[in-house]
Amino acid sequence: MEEYDRKKKIEVKEATKIFGKQTKRAAELLQEGKTKKEILKATGATVGVNKATFNVYEGEIFVIMGLSGSGKSTLVRLLNRLIDPTLGHILIDGEDIVQMNKEKLRQVRRQKIGMVFQNFALFPHKTILSNTEYGLEIQGVPKEERTDKAIESLGLVGLAGYEDQYPSQLSGGMQQRVGLARALANNPDVLLMDEAFSALDPLIRKDMQDELLQLHSDMGKTIIFITHDLDEALRIGDRILLMKDGEVVQIGTPEEILMNPSNEYVERFVEDVDLSKVLTAAHIMKQADSVQIDRGPRVALRLMKRLRISSMYVTDKQKRLLGAVTASDADAAVAEGKSLEDILIKDISKIHEDCLLTELFDIVSTAVIPVAVVDEKERLKGIIIRGALIGALSGNDTFINENGMVEPVEVEVDEIG
Amino acid sequence: MDRLPRLPFADWIDDGVDWLISIFAPFFDGISSFLEFIVEGSVNLLDLVPSILLAVIFAVLAWFISTRRIAIFTLVGFLFIDYLGLWYPMLQMLALVLTSVVFAVVLGVPIGIWGSQKTLVRKIINPILDLMQTMPAFVYLIPAIFFFNIGVVPGVVASVIFSMPPTIRLTMLGIKQVPSDLIEATEAFGSTAWQRLAKIQIPLAKPTIMAGVNQSIMLSLSMVVIASMVGAPGLGEEVYRAVTQLKTGVGVEVGVAIVIVAIILDRITQHAGTKKQGGISE
Repeated sequence: MEEYDRKKKIEVKEATKIFGKQTKRAAELLQEGKTKKEILKATGATVGVNKATFNVYEGEIFVIMGLSGSGKSTLVRLLNRLIDPTLGHILIDGEDIVQMNKEKLRQVRRQKIGMVFQNFALFPHKTILSNTEYGLEIQGVPKEERTDKAIESLGLVGLAGYEDQYPSQLSGGMQQRVGLARALANNPDVLLMDEAFSALDPLIRKDMQDELLQLHSDMGKTIIFITHDLDEALRIGDRILLMKDGEVVQIGTPEEILMNPSNEYVERFVEDVDLSKVLTAAHIMKQADSVQIDRGPRVALRLMKRLRISSMYVTDKQKRLLGAVTASDADAAVAEGKSLEDILIKDISKIHEDCLLTELFDIVSTAVIPVAVVDEKERLKGIIIRGALIGALSGNDTFINENGMVEPVEVEVDEIG
Repeated sequence: MDRLPRLPFADWIDDGVDWLISIFAPFFDGISSFLEFIVEGSVNLLDLVPSILLAVIFAVLAWFISTRRIAIFTLVGFLFIDYLGLWYPMLQMLALVLTSVVFAVVLGVPIGIWGSQKTLVRKIINPILDLMQTMPAFVYLIPAIFFFNIGVVPGVVASVIFSMPPTIRLTMLGIKQVPSDLIEATEAFGSTAWQRLAKIQIPLAKPTIMAGVNQSIMLSLSMVVIASMVGAPGLGEEVYRAVTQLKTGVGVEVGVAIVIVAIILDRITQHAGTKKQGGISE
């Protein structure tokens, strides 16, 4: 995938955090290959994060997912050293923050990393504006400049006009927007979001996810998002890291995780996923048989007869979808000497290839002919038949295309005619 | 049964006190005249203002800091004390209490902040605070006389020692009670320790710190009668005299006056901690 060619923003190498007293001894045992349980028994120390290694690329939304106690919150705190790693290296833009002194680390925190917290962590004695300004205030940015930036940042999250309110006067969703605005005001390259939406109710949460995605596509920041909710991870993540007991279990795109769980744990985790919210039209479409518009109705009719279908899509030379013809119309057209264009049915339902299955039910169930799937240039990519939709939802893999790709359709028209 | 030989602990203390006096006499004299100047200066200053006017000024002050009800109570209370003919001793007591509290706060809050930042400091401070609070207050008076002679100064010093612990303790508590996620947030944005303290911890700890100051005032008030035994003037002295002469009426009269002052100071300082903290109620 193209992400892999991008610049590495954060490199985490064998980052390990051990909590407790005998951390040195525990670290030695860990190097010897002892398990978390054995170490706990021998030293009383808990391995919070066990040799986590991964890269985060510039501009991606990287989701760290795991159940509570899996070490995901610890892991994200290692990234800005709110928690100091026991072992390992963490490189941001190639610089190892583990080796940094306090002052340098402070500069990194001020300029490169913003953080959003689960329970918002707004300062209750400060106004919304003053909260948003905080990061700039401690950097000594002049009052007017930081107010401008804070107001701009509040505008981005849709909170213009709330500047003089206090956090307790706002709803949870709004408070978290302030949290987001506060992190954005510093204009950091990287946003760490620790269960940022977990304290919100489901509807607000979905809105916030949408807005985050929107902000992300507008601003292109690198976002590291922590969640315990697989649906959330699948929804917003470009790539997902799955954690269990402090260890990285699998890293991959949402699709890779769903389709190829690396072990039983991931499999169990993903088995309850609502596939209709993950799979897209591209996953279940079949090859589309089509005919170019400049061929005559005779060609179309022969194709349909040979393929035993009663209708067919018509495209131009660039494979852009123009409409559909039925066999009976084509038959009549041959008799009356009309062209394909004369009998073209332009009022057809078509859907984009990224369309989720949930959004397809209505269209597919009411359509008379298989629904056409197109890309952003309106090129015909495939068709969806009802059986495939139902088959995919029931979890039958034979209906699901690998990687969401179908071979483009090549109809050898010349051989006919 | 044989007993252990008697430990000459008292002698050691006496020797220590003697040694301190011999070395630091000029220093103690300096403190002594400084405190005397402040207490007597403020009494003289307050006495310049006619009692009714002063009562009104206090009432207006109370109104600004807290509520109208307390302002009315302040006015009526002060006028009642004036009516009882206890105005001047009341001023003397007020000067003693306020001086002690100012010193307790000026010393106590920074110590509390220090203790909140360093575990080691906290571990050292805590037993000392226990000692300061549980040692019978009279005991402070004895060396205080040696160091500062009799009069108002040993009273002030004993009051400061006795009333400082709540300010220190509640300052530490207030700062440590600031939710850890807020501390994390300040850290994540790259605050220095001072910025964290000044912008987040102290403002958020303010109500708790003010509760400590309030407690210090109350403890300091409770010291005035004891302080009068070493010659500190004021309402405490009147109570002491009433006790030694077995005058119930005078005793109750002065006692009521002390209670009125206590209520006024208590209510005003209680409100100072909670008012004007927009949106703090969570």
